[in-house]
Amino acid sequence: MRISDLLHETYSSLSSNKARSGLTILGIVIGISSVIAMVSIGQGAQGSIQSSIQSIGSNLILVMPGAQRGAGVQISAGRGSARTLTQADADAITLSGNTEITSVAPELSGRYQVTSKGTNTNTSVVGVTDTYLGVRNIQLDQGLFITDQHLRSLSKVAVVGPTVVTDLFGDGGNAIGQTIRIKNVEFKIIGVTKAKGGSGFGSQDDMIFVPLTSAERFLAGDNYVTTISVQARDSSSMSTVQQDLTTLLLERHHISDPQLADFSTLNQADIVATASTVTNTLTILLAAVAGISLLVGGIGIMNMMLTNVTERTREIGLRKAIGAKRRDINLQFLLEAVMLTFLGGAIGVVLGWGISVGINQFGLIQTKVSVSSILIAFGVSTVIGIIFGYYPARRASKLNPIVALRYE
Amino acid sequence: MIEVNNIKKTYRIGDSDFQALKGVTFTIQDGEFVAIMGPSGSGKSTLMYILGALDTPTSGTYVLDGKDVSTLNDDELADIRREKIGFVFQSFNILPRATVLSNVMLPLTYAGVVGEERLQRARKALFAAGLEEQHFSHRSNQLSGGQVQRVAIARSLVNNPALILADEPTGNLDSKTGEIVLATFGKLNKEEGRTIVLITHEPDVAQHADRIIVIKDGSIVEDIPTRSGKKHILPHGASTI
Ligand SMILES: Nc1ncnc2c1ncn2[C@@H]1O[C@H](COP(=O)(O)OP(=O)(O)OP(=O)(O)O)[C@@H](O)[C@H]1O
Ligand SMILES: [Mg+2]
Repeated sequence: MRISDLLHETYSSLSSNKARSGLTILGIVIGISSVIAMVSIGQGAQGSIQSSIQSIGSNLILVMPGAQRGAGVQISAGRGSARTLTQADADAITLSGNTEITSVAPELSGRYQVTSKGTNTNTSVVGVTDTYLGVRNIQLDQGLFITDQHLRSLSKVAVVGPTVVTDLFGDGGNAIGQTIRIKNVEFKIIGVTKAKGGSGFGSQDDMIFVPLTSAERFLAGDNYVTTISVQARDSSSMSTVQQDLTTLLLERHHISDPQLADFSTLNQADIVATASTVTNTLTILLAAVAGISLLVGGIGIMNMMLTNVTERTREIGLRKAIGAKRRDINLQFLLEAVMLTFLGGAIGVVLGWGISVGINQFGLIQTKVSVSSILIAFGVSTVIGIIFGYYPARRASKLNPIVALRYE
Repeated sequence: MIEVNNIKKTYRIGDSDFQALKGVTFTIQDGEFVAIMGPSGSGKSTLMYILGALDTPTSGTYVLDGKDVSTLNDDELADIRREKIGFVFQSFNILPRATVLSNVMLPLTYAGVVGEERLQRARKALFAAGLEEQHFSHRSNQLSGGQVQRVAIARSLVNNPALILADEPTGNLDSKTGEIVLATFGKLNKEEGRTIVLITHEPDVAQHADRIIVIKDGSIVEDIPTRSGKKHILPHGASTI
């Protein structure tokens, strides 16, 4: 029997019972579309977490005061955390002459009440150096960033994030040249950063940057820093840089046992890796739940095909009587099952895609449908057709023609 | 040529055996028109299934055109059926969801005949079976019983089989339509030289054949030529118990 004849038979038998075929297909549609949608949600979550990690800068190693903790623990330590890192440590790193290090940016952050002409907000104030802009990937919308000159002269100037502008001066308010009071000290706004969006690791849009020296003098009152961001030349040199930093700082702090270090280093690559493992697990979990519905759909196929074989016993007997071989019957029923799952797979891919786009539109989560998940969905649905269609088709092909013809 | 030698067929029902054929021996020459008669349950259909290579005997031999069919496997039997045999079943067995033409073309799809040839052969068979062209694209529920039976006959012819087996082909038809169907068989036998084995329990119907084999309780009790059959050469070796 030729393929075109087989396809014709398949079409005629599936369309002769549209309601049943439709419902069976629906089972596969639900299974495939939920797999596509779930995987797209998982991959979307992975993408947005990674991009928010990347948005804080590239090839970063963060050095923080306090004992070593695992990756993923809150990075921007606020006030009250251990005071073991100083500006001098940062300078020593800069001066160490390590060619793998492109930039060092110490910072001193704390939360303060900020007021301006009757409005006020409570936000993060970060004392930074001029290198901070490049290391942390910050872009200016208006004005200037903190310069070396500001640092040397302990200028009371501030660069604010767009959220701060809105909070203090209202939507679209002009911030440049305005004066704000941080901890009752007046600072003049000289720049506004570009909105970055996202929240991941403390939104940079809701921050006020001041010269590090000014922050030490007027706000914190001491010389300790809360984080030193060190940028490595490229991703491959990160672990060496991390190692070198640790050695240098241990030496400076006169600690011989690395276990007792009074600071911790956090490698951005490690954070990304940790986050990836988490989101991967999430994706697999979601896909597994969706996979179960696909399995149920497959059982629906088998159920329908078995009913089909029983109902069409006489037809099978007749086909055999007029010369059909086992293989012909086998192929016919197998093709029906595969056609059902293939159709279900196609509709399921479209529906799953739609769901994923819908989730995107509602802004719930940034989803993405990958070509590989579509191909896998098609492959899986076809394989399900073969697996669950195999037994009924085999049963049909093995029917004794006489028993089949006598069947009432 | 059909050579049946001491064929027995035993069905197993639960723990007990039931012998539907108890040693049947006869020979049918090419081009003969034979009627098999007998009361209900005598084993006529069982015999037809064996002659049609749909089933194999429990013991004894069945040689069709020099080939021993009794020992073949499923797929080899399918080959024999496709190449040599056309069936007309008592209960029509027409696919209801397919058109008349598709039904008649079905044996050809399994035989690997394609395209225009398939269509033309199906049309030819339908004309030979006496169905008007206007019904060719109808489905079986749009046809009368007699028309459905013609479709079944056309389907049995389409492969150009040397042997046509018909199980009670007129059982569901009124006598007038039955006559027309029987005339068709007569024509196929006389004009095209096809061997026809027709199963019936109506003596009137059996009279259309050249020879009547009567079965009772799984054994042949009579094997005689009919009045019309006397004009033909009678085969030797036709035997009774
Ligand atoms: N698959 C089977 N299992 C058990 N017994 C069977 C089977 N097929 C047929 N028989 C028995 O074999 C006997 C002969 O059956 P068969 O169908 O050949 O009769 P028949 O002569 O064609 O009768 P009818 O004129 O009613 O069609 C019957 O008694 C029947 O019950
Ligand atoms: Mg019968």
